[in-house]
Amino acid sequence: MSGPLLKMTGITKRFPGVLALNNVNFEVAPGEIHGLLGENGAGKSTLLKILSGAHHPDSGSIELAGQRIMLDSPHQAQAQGIVTIYQEFNLVPQLTIAENVYIGREPGNPILFSWRKMAEQTRAVTARIGIQLDPMTQVRDLSVAEQQMVEIARALSMQSRLIIMDEPTSALSESEVVRLKQIMRDLKAQGLSIIFVTHRLEEVMDVCDRITVLRDGHNAGEAEVKVIQIPDIIRMMVGRVVDDLYAGQHALPVDQSVALQVKNLRRRINKQDPHAIVLHGISFEVRRGEILGLAGLVGAGRTEIARAIFGADPLETGEIFLDGQPITIRTPQDAIRHGIGLVPEDRKQQALFLALAVRENASMAMLPQLSNALGFIKARDEATLMETYRQKLNIRMATSEVKVRNLSGGNQQKVVIARWLALQPKVLIVDEPTRGIDVAAKAEVHALLHEMAASGIAVIMISSELPEILGMSDRILTIREGRLTGEVFRKDATQEALMALMAVREGAS
Amino acid sequence: MATQQTALSASPPKAERRDATRIIGQFAPLIFLFVLIVIFAIATEGRFLNPLNIFNVLRQVSITGMIALGMTFVILTGGIDLSVGSLLALAGMAAAIAFKGTNQNTLSLETTDAVGLGVAGAAIMAMLVGTAGGFIQGFAITRLGIPAFIVTLGGLTIWRGLTLILSNGGPISGFTPDYRYWGNGLIELPWLTELVQSRVAIGIPIPVIVFLSFTILAYVVLRYTRYGRHVYAVGGNPEAARLSGLNVKMITLSVYMIVGFFAGLGGFVLSARLNSSEAVAGIGSELDVIAAVVIGGTSLFGGEGNVLGTAIGALLIGVLVNGLVMLNVSSYIQQIIIGLIIILAVAFDRYVKSRRRA
Repeated sequence: MSGPLLKMTGITKRFPGVLALNNVNFEVAPGEIHGLLGENGAGKSTLLKILSGAHHPDSGSIELAGQRIMLDSPHQAQAQGIVTIYQEFNLVPQLTIAENVYIGREPGNPILFSWRKMAEQTRAVTARIGIQLDPMTQVRDLSVAEQQMVEIARALSMQSRLIIMDEPTSALSESEVVRLKQIMRDLKAQGLSIIFVTHRLEEVMDVCDRITVLRDGHNAGEAEVKVIQIPDIIRMMVGRVVDDLYAGQHALPVDQSVALQVKNLRRRINKQDPHAIVLHGISFEVRRGEILGLAGLVGAGRTEIARAIFGADPLETGEIFLDGQPITIRTPQDAIRHGIGLVPEDRKQQALFLALAVRENASMAMLPQLSNALGFIKARDEATLMETYRQKLNIRMATSEVKVRNLSGGNQQKVVIARWLALQPKVLIVDEPTRGIDVAAKAEVHALLHEMAASGIAVIMISSELPEILGMSDRILTIREGRLTGEVFRKDATQEALMALMAVREGAS
Repeated sequence: MATQQTALSASPPKAERRDATRIIGQFAPLIFLFVLIVIFAIATEGRFLNPLNIFNVLRQVSITGMIALGMTFVILTGGIDLSVGSLLALAGMAAAIAFKGTNQNTLSLETTDAVGLGVAGAAIMAMLVGTAGGFIQGFAITRLGIPAFIVTLGGLTIWRGLTLILSNGGPISGFTPDYRYWGNGLIELPWLTELVQSRVAIGIPIPVIVFLSFTILAYVVLRYTRYGRHVYAVGGNPEAARLSGLNVKMITLSVYMIVGFFAGLGGFVLSARLNSSEAVAGIGSELDVIAAVVIGGTSLFGGEGNVLGTAIGALLIGVLVNGLVMLNVSSYIQQIIIGLIIILAVAFDRYVKSRRRA
């Protein structure tokens, strides 16, 4: 094969007030894994939506294997063999794997489709990616990683030539990511091309053959992965040099007393919810001005510890001390009253009010302080608060009255952080603070966390990204299967040491 | 990046911009209403626009409208209340009994007021009963975790049954003029009566004044108070609301009390207008109420919408019914047209909103 599989030329797409794509060219060769990179708002999503048939370009042409094609609908894109796997899966949880794979294309005659054929064919496609799942399992019983495999199986079953994966690794644990990468390489070996969108540049270096970088709706660079390094990619993405993603350390406040101490947090198996994660007597403390990293695999219980401290989930036993005083926390309201904040792991599901304005999102936890005795919100105070944090956190938006759903991921995350900073908390727990946000915003959030710590806030940071944990934390606690398995200070910490504490069973280490 | 940022933040004053978007949000139902009015005005050769008729339409929509205000709160939180028609009847019956001091259907008009609690007592009783009914349903929804649809579907028959028991199945009729005033009274507008040379006095009906006052109040509460903000937050994302320290259960409970209050108020006004509390009052009115809210642009999924849209929605239904009656359209066909218009109005609203977002 000589020519490219996909060739997009001069693609321009304009939305009211925004030129999302300006004369963009994009080529994917047959049998390659191609990284599509760029900060949020760079135009990646728009380009993907054009490829999946959801948007139509204002100008430009698309060729697939040398033939000019029109992608007027998602259905047409799929018929051409272009299948997109979105970050949020398109699966019906109540249906089986087989039904999900063949939804809308059930084999057999049009009225009574053949379960047997469907199951057989499903088994055949799942075998291609080396997984063994009973095709009759309901999708809701699968883990996130397994659901993703079902999505990939569905893509394969459509005879696809080009699979687009939008941030496929953001919800996976390290070992699942390794497995996904292997599957991507296998698919490549079978002659498929993959467009891989991610914010994790290490993964790009690991799995991609070539990359295309977009910036502000333009082509910002294209390269063979063999000949470049991560800093080169970052330079293309941001248009300037970002030397260190984890901007060093912070000054320590004068008062470094223990801010929060938890003793023996415990939660037993819950009969109603068998997937609920058990906590076995978690005890630790965090000091003012400290960034305490909580490291563990997905499902180890990191988030559950955070939610327990914040009163979001019920506990059986456990004591919490704030500034040495015992406190009772039953609801998030209690936690907030005591000066504990939580930036939850899933922005859209757990933190944002997408239909409300940025201002309304930022002030949500502060309303008691912002309203008068009759319950009227003091508009001027609210506007001042918004403006203060817009400047402090460099939140980029047209006005604070735009709906928060129109902001990029990084700016949305800053809005959530602003909500908690406004309360001037003593303890702030941040769960995956930089998930799904671009490199520049990531650096800003990191700088902010350091600034908070320096101002005397005790910060507890949960992250699945080991470089982030290592780069940010003063001290790291590792968690595995609901137990603390280790405590490591910054100077002694290495990825290998942490991985061992997080992932290796006792006795083996 | 930095320069672009300053340029952006220097754009027009924030408040104005928000108003612009919100007003456009109102546009769809408003345009629809306007078109309907023009059509009916032409088709009836102007009779539709007679002030007497206009006030008549307003009076007819005011009870549905009041309850729809409360329903807007409920739907904003992502809930629904199917029981409002029955609760209205129950509250109306409670008001009549409180006023007369008996559930015997004595038609003696002027002599009963000494026995009961008086007009104020009757009104308060109606609102209390409505609010209490809402509280019970809200309690079942928030504490027992039963879906609102189920709880209020149960309420729909339970409240109706209670009404029938209270009234022995029949109506309780015959109130004093100061009671009936709340349904039939007018703030007269002599200049208007003169202007159109009407033989009967023209004025703003009392129920319309009650409805408009509460519309303004509800608008202010939703737009300017902490409580209002909380209602949107709970509907938009209950989990995020809880993690922001909002008492989601209390807020949810409260909206059912609010709609109950309005159902009670509506029950009182209706009994005053009919000079009778009927056990069969308000059957099926939950559909009109929900239709008004939805036509007004409030999302059934919660978190988006407002009461001005609801008021327009209620008006739209009233205009439609009135116009069709004036044109002598058979009541069978009316029902079909109303159903179609509801669907059309919401489709139009969706279309306008999708254009705005793109």
